[in-house]
Amino acid sequence: MTISKGMQWSRAELASVLILAAVILIVLPLALDIFRLNLVGKYLTYAFVAVGLVLCWGYGGILSLGQGVFFGLGGYCIAMFLKLEASDPESTKIQSTPGIPDFMDWNQLTELPAFWVPFKSFTWALIAMLLVPGVLAAIVGFAMFKRRVGGVYFAIITQAIAAILTILIIGQQGYTGGVNGITDLRTLHGWDIRTDSAKYILYYVNAALLIGAVIGVRYILKSKLGKLLIALRDKEERVRFSGYDVASFKVFMFVLAALLSAIGGAMFTLQVGFMSPSFVGIVPSIEMVIFTAVGGRMSLVGAVYGSLLVNWAKTFFSESFPELWLLFMGGLFIAVVMYFPNGLAGIVDQFMKKRAAARAAAPTPPLVTEPVAPAVGALSPADATASPAPQPLADQQVRA
Amino acid sequence: MEGISISEFGSILMMQGFNGLSVFSVLLLMALGLAIIFGQMGVINMAHGEFLTIGAYTTFVFSYLTQTYFPSLMSTYFLFAIVGAFIFAGLVGLLVEWLLIRHLYKRPLDSLLATWGLSLIMQQIFRSTFGAKEVSATLPDWLMGSWQPTDTIDIPLNGLFVMGLTIVLTCLVGLFMYRSRLGLKMRATTQNRVMAGAVGINTAMVDRMTFVLGCGIAGVAGAAFTTIGSTGPTSGSLYIVDAFLTVVFGGAQSLLGTLASAFTIAQTNSTLEFFMTGSMAKVITLLSIIAILMMRPEGLFSIKVRK
Repeated sequence: MTISKGMQWSRAELASVLILAAVILIVLPLALDIFRLNLVGKYLTYAFVAVGLVLCWGYGGILSLGQGVFFGLGGYCIAMFLKLEASDPESTKIQSTPGIPDFMDWNQLTELPAFWVPFKSFTWALIAMLLVPGVLAAIVGFAMFKRRVGGVYFAIITQAIAAILTILIIGQQGYTGGVNGITDLRTLHGWDIRTDSAKYILYYVNAALLIGAVIGVRYILKSKLGKLLIALRDKEERVRFSGYDVASFKVFMFVLAALLSAIGGAMFTLQVGFMSPSFVGIVPSIEMVIFTAVGGRMSLVGAVYGSLLVNWAKTFFSESFPELWLLFMGGLFIAVVMYFPNGLAGIVDQFMKKRAAARAAAPTPPLVTEPVAPAVGALSPADATASPAPQPLADQQVRA
Repeated sequence: MEGISISEFGSILMMQGFNGLSVFSVLLLMALGLAIIFGQMGVINMAHGEFLTIGAYTTFVFSYLTQTYFPSLMSTYFLFAIVGAFIFAGLVGLLVEWLLIRHLYKRPLDSLLATWGLSLIMQQIFRSTFGAKEVSATLPDWLMGSWQPTDTIDIPLNGLFVMGLTIVLTCLVGLFMYRSRLGLKMRATTQNRVMAGAVGINTAMVDRMTFVLGCGIAGVAGAAFTTIGSTGPTSGSLYIVDAFLTVVFGGAQSLLGTLASAFTIAQTNSTLEFFMTGSMAKVITLLSIIAILMMRPEGLFSIKVRK
């Protein structure tokens, strides 16, 4: 009974998603030129990772410091397809082996490595983009959660995985493009992704997917499954003793977060036109956690704003005051963790509560003579919003 | 491999083994301080590498000052620098504990994020103070050169020194933890914080001392670090993942485990390096650690504690 009630969206939740949709689908495209909009599009690809982190860190209590791995794998899968399309024999005829990507030629490879061959097909690239990160997350998740490894150990191990993948990509430059990554991507099935119109279309596809992701994850959190996830974070033993297979739920969350990151990575490659190990390693992975923390680790919509704001600040600082960027970022980490553990969303929530309390309290003075009044005034702010009595009064006042 | 005689092959093995031993020393120095902080307090200090950098820069400043004002003391300054690095890194640790860490003891994941922020700030401070370019301390003469037991074996003296320092420091830490009053209190606090408090141990003070000690050891590690490499603003952070893996792999609450795991990791890495490129050796070493940790999450050595 409570569950079916919980599944309905409150008015505030609906409003927050609608406002977010209006901001990224209408306001930003109207306000910014295509160069800046493309940058925003790039920031929004990080928001996929942040939304995934809200699910697995905020609600699940599993902090992964390796989300860049999944972001990168998703991005690399798409980049491999685009690179193969860009390296047709005609445009690579000056190479000693035409028809293979340029960095392979520079590294004296004479034929396409076997694991690259399937990426000639776009369908496979799309499947692999989800399959590779998903399977990796499932393996890591099963191995760790079945043995009840969690908390800081999980964080350290995911971080080590991010380090390993970075070293591997940089070390095997003949197969991966090395430290430069896979660059110079041009077309998708003959459609030039570098033109302004393509950038607009990709921005909208990305924004729509992101809003879809926010709505989808919110549905999960509202469902019975979502309740279980919260229970699991707060009292894992109790959930286990109630007969639930705790590890499977955690794996599910971790895999879902990985898939979201992979979609973000794929959209990154398409919009920015390259993919490199600098989006895989430890530093980007931790930065993605901070986007989530700034937005509010319990708020899906907040995570999107967090990604936008922190990245906007990063661009602003590195354009204007490059030395201050690290200080700012470091200070932000500390301030958010110490003083605003619920991030921007927490601040907004507090503000809304205060306003609701003020609105509920406002009608009391004229009612002082009536006997009901003290009861209304004595209600706590939380009760005030729920109780029907003060609500019509507040509405009347607004209309008047 | 043709053209290499048996004795030459033996020498290569020796030198590769020694190479592994000096990697082991650096890892162990880094991991010792971490093991104390993480193992005893459960706090993840992502800024640990920066405390190492503090130690390294302190040594650099000592060397610079000695060279400019007391050139006659060049042969002995390094010993003072080690003590200075311990004290200075420890003091910064005290400040950090007081301002930041003590508020986050109950939130280990948050302390991880906050100390990461701290490490960014410290890196920027290093960069503004000493410049982005790497600096190196001038070493006293007795640390230069190498020791040649036979014609084909060539062992650098600074590597030997670091190894010696590591052994001395490990013994001191071991003595401190298992033979001193404060060490006893630290172990008691780790095993049962509430009970330790109940028998009159000031656990907040013990935590503070533990953190300061861990940071001080990182400072000494930094001083040792200057003898084998130059120091830049991000030198310390390069080792942080390896050091954490070392601690976790060894079993977080066991000094012996940290010792064993640093040895295993370093020797595996340098043996593999002989057969393949450095990056692949590193990848395979790290992957094996993770695979073993997945099968045995509590690490190599673990203390059984009733939770």
